[in-house]
Amino acid sequence: MTTDRRDFLRSAGALIVLTGAASLAWEKVLAGEPEKAPNYEMSDHWWAMLIDIEKCIGCGNCVRADKAENNVPEEFFRTWVERYHLPPADLLHPKEEVLPEVDSGKEGGAGGFPERYKAGDGSKNFFVPKMCNQCSHSPCTQVCPVGATFESPDGAVLIDRSYCLGCRYCVQACPYGCRYIDPRSNTVDKCTLCYHRITKGLTTACCENCPTGARTLGDLKNPKDPIHEFLRTHKVQVLKPQMATGSKTYYNGLDGSVR
Amino acid sequence: MESILYGVQGFMYPNEVELQWSILIVLYPFITGLVAGAFILASLERVFNVEAVKPTYRLALLTALSFMLVAPLPLQLHLGHPERSLEMYLTPHTTSAMAMFGFVYLWYLMAVLVLEIWLDYRKDIVLAARATTGWTHKLYRAMALWSDNISERSLEIDDKVGRFITIVGIPSAFLLHGYVGFIFGSIKANPWWSTPLMPIVFLFSAIVSGIVLVMLMYMVVSWVRRTEIDMNCLDTIARYFMYAFIIDFSLEMLDLIHRIYEADESFKSLNFMVHTKLYFSQVILQIIMGTVVPILLLALVQLVNMSAAARKGLYVLSGVLAMVGIFAMRWNVVIGGQLFSKSLLGYTTYKMAFATREGLLPSLLLLALPFVILYVLVRLLPPWPAKPEANEA
Repeated sequence: MTTDRRDFLRSAGALIVLTGAASLAWEKVLAGEPEKAPNYEMSDHWWAMLIDIEKCIGCGNCVRADKAENNVPEEFFRTWVERYHLPPADLLHPKEEVLPEVDSGKEGGAGGFPERYKAGDGSKNFFVPKMCNQCSHSPCTQVCPVGATFESPDGAVLIDRSYCLGCRYCVQACPYGCRYIDPRSNTVDKCTLCYHRITKGLTTACCENCPTGARTLGDLKNPKDPIHEFLRTHKVQVLKPQMATGSKTYYNGLDGSVR
Repeated sequence: MESILYGVQGFMYPNEVELQWSILIVLYPFITGLVAGAFILASLERVFNVEAVKPTYRLALLTALSFMLVAPLPLQLHLGHPERSLEMYLTPHTTSAMAMFGFVYLWYLMAVLVLEIWLDYRKDIVLAARATTGWTHKLYRAMALWSDNISERSLEIDDKVGRFITIVGIPSAFLLHGYVGFIFGSIKANPWWSTPLMPIVFLFSAIVSGIVLVMLMYMVVSWVRRTEIDMNCLDTIARYFMYAFIIDFSLEMLDLIHRIYEADESFKSLNFMVHTKLYFSQVILQIIMGTVVPILLLALVQLVNMSAAARKGLYVLSGVLAMVGIFAMRWNVVIGGQLFSKSLLGYTTYKMAFATREGLLPSLLLLALPFVILYVLVRLLPPWPAKPEANEA
């Protein structure tokens, strides 16, 4: 069989067009198929997180576990731990507001916190683990121009990476600094509440690895979940309540100085 | 990690250290503002019958179009996935100010600017099509949508429809730039942005910048074409420039005074930022050099009798200062809004690159591009009567 130039170009053109179309179609097929979780019913859950500041020892296990579980780039964080230090009050010259000294140690607390403050010097010191607050009126999903980030019916705020434009408007809109652009995909990323785990009946990587039980995943739709008992018997607060974001990350023992 | 934390003072949330929106996003409100302002100046003649500014009418429209065509480019260049940007039109998220801006932009470009220019130039295009041959003829024929009708009646209709479009165009221009302000002003997470005054401050500074652009363009074009500047026209434009600037300045000061007086939880942090990282660009460039000085210069022209040459000199000076001031204002909003931590406990630094995708070089090219487009447009659709030399001779 002889092939002249015209035939060759025609078949090569057809090949390019067809494989292009086919790969696009295949991509759609793949994108349309969520990860399988056969026994999971979205409408049966409404996820929340409980963080007990009294219990956090700043070991950074949660940050390390999260980085490993979710393949988080080195310089960004889906969860991190902050160390707060409120210097001792000057009794002769009291101030209306004492600004805290805050640091996130090395690598967002992943390496723990080296000793810096002396015990018993009259200062107040504590750790605050941070993560996506899984807001139910989330400002980040409100501003997304294409709806690539959304509130799932089970209360998790998720991102469709195959749809995100990388415009970064949601990063600006999050009051808590939870979002970042993943430099590998040029799309936005943040804590997914380990959605791939919780839909299979597991808890999140950070909760799983917390040695003191400072973090607990809660299902507000499950009447047997101990979170209900905890919320009833403790004084809990969310971060920046004035933002009215409907945050579902509840803190026990949250100091007023925490932002 | 140490290198990333360079330039950080106090505490930033760890994801905040790197700025999200670069100088490209500074260009976007700056360029959009020029469009809205130039159009509003053009509409003065058409709707409010300010005859004096007539010599700049067509130039203002073409300037607006040139900048309008460039306005979305910095956004496009900034996206992590530019190839997905069309999704904003195909599957818009209706609660997103950014998605809705896309439609405001399209509406303004297609339904207002292009249509108005087309109607205004239709007669010229048809005449040009008749007078040319070959490719230029085909081009003008296509631009006239293959119509050859320039009867009295059809031109009357053109004029009527054009006037109607300008009337629709004024609120559209307000909407266009007010909307840009809303994109920032509606972000409650950011106390530097979140104020209902933002759209209106953006709008008035846009009007100022557009008027200045057309004023300077008119002077430059007259100089290049060696034609006499119509001083009545220039003085009138300068007066509107001053009025708009006074309103703009009052609004900006209102915003500032309000912030200082309310002194809410963000005040200490923002106040520190204005006195340190933003001191030069906000206090010196934007407020003193870019607003107070040009307003005083313009007021001086009103108060003191001056020669035409002196007035021209002062107009150029105040115009250039105002442009710098308004660019600084966009900079202070966009970049300033990202220099402090949302924890209100720390500050970061913006490190501008040069020859990267979001660096200074592409920004300069993007700023030059509208002038290239304008050159082509002026060639195709001359905004002034043909062959003035012949008339003078």
